[in-house]
Amino acid sequence: MEIAADRFYTSTIGKKAVMAASGCVLFLFVVGHLIGNLQIYEGPEKLNHYAVLLRSMPALLWSVRAILLLMLALHVWSSVQLAVRNIDARPTGYVKKKATQSSYASRTMYWSGPIILAFVVYHLLDFTFGNLNPHFEEGNVYANVVASFRVIPVSAFYIVAMLLLAMHLYHGLWSMFQSLGFYHPRYTPVLKRSAAVIAILIAAGNISIPVSVMAGIVR
Amino acid sequence: MRLVLHVWRQKNPGSRGRMVRYEAGDVNPDMSMLELLDVINEGLMVKGEEPIAFEHDCREGICGSCGFMINGIAHGPLPASTVCQLTMRHFKDGQELYLEPWRAKAFPVIKDLVVDRGAFDRIISAGGFISVPTGSAPDGNAIPVPKEDADRAMDAAACIGCGACVAACPNASAALFTGAKIAHLGLLPQGQPERHERALRMVTQFNRENFGSCTNIGECEAVCPKEIKLEVIARMNHDFIQASRLRR
Repeated sequence: MEIAADRFYTSTIGKKAVMAASGCVLFLFVVGHLIGNLQIYEGPEKLNHYAVLLRSMPALLWSVRAILLLMLALHVWSSVQLAVRNIDARPTGYVKKKATQSSYASRTMYWSGPIILAFVVYHLLDFTFGNLNPHFEEGNVYANVVASFRVIPVSAFYIVAMLLLAMHLYHGLWSMFQSLGFYHPRYTPVLKRSAAVIAILIAAGNISIPVSVMAGIVR
Repeated sequence: MRLVLHVWRQKNPGSRGRMVRYEAGDVNPDMSMLELLDVINEGLMVKGEEPIAFEHDCREGICGSCGFMINGIAHGPLPASTVCQLTMRHFKDGQELYLEPWRAKAFPVIKDLVVDRGAFDRIISAGGFISVPTGSAPDGNAIPVPKEDADRAMDAAACIGCGACVAACPNASAALFTGAKIAHLGLLPQGQPERHERALRMVTQFNRENFGSCTNIGECEAVCPKEIKLEVIARMNHDFIQASRLRR
């Protein structure tokens, strides 16, 4: 069994399956995270209460965090291994090379991924640990969000990161089905369209928060 | 019509190649790409120069021998065709064309536009077959095959192994080729006994040959002269994952 698992992961298809599965978990987190944070529109009490609620179950909180970290590690490590392999597969490039049908999002996954990762690190230092947020107040999530997003460059970075996340999800959400072996001439086009809609909705939901703060709607 | 060609010239596998400019005046618009190279080569030979080496055989788009990049697209801008089927009327008078060999670590350049596609042969040897008793021919239609399965197997079997999928893929992956072979045999009842073993062995060989991994972007599908679809890659993934799971 151990050898079989090793053989599976050594293959390019095994690594892609790991990327698909871990990516799916990370996507589910992004959805949950967005739904939780949209409570900012219901006022400080609601959002801060939600934050307290999450912290009131340390066992569950840390289990979820551990799973997410593991998934992130698998996702990143597999992609690094595949990227190294893929660069090595074409040592001499073309004088001319034209992309014909692939989407911009699909060709830039190796760029959007690391930038999103850098954003996540910044995001944690900003809101979870508070190191980068000069007005950080432990437990007062609402005030922290408003304080951070009033700084225009911070909001701009968030918005750019969310646009990249949308691109990453646009390719990743349908591609995970392909990697796990599901393709159907009738349903795959539906998956692709759904991926676009979901990616845009997630980006729009996330971007609405800094925009609302900057516009003075959330203060 | 007149065309300007920039062609990759490389003496042998070890030497450094470079792009060389050739002018072709008085080009017949109904010539194929290979016929244009024939004409240019005749001129080169008269001048005592080495002709441009390129692979070719049937010259009707079914053998898979010919193929190179034209202006960054495998087999050139005409969809669903090989370079031998690409006629000059698809280009503009005076257009510049860049001809380059397939680029992949697994496809080393032998000379000019010719690459060694032996890696494909080794992937086929690893499992691209079915085992049948030799001797008397089996009865026709002894094993019923559903029409849809036969059609899909035939679509996958249309792969001529030209290598355009590898050339177009930013990762130089042989996923479309390997997937086409696995789908072609795995869709038929005759291919069932070895279906899992085939997926494991062919994918393992494809990985051993220094091809990259599939990132599901679809450049291969766009340039495939036989219009093989990404579906075959999903099928390969499915068979490989299932085979890995069921293997004892």
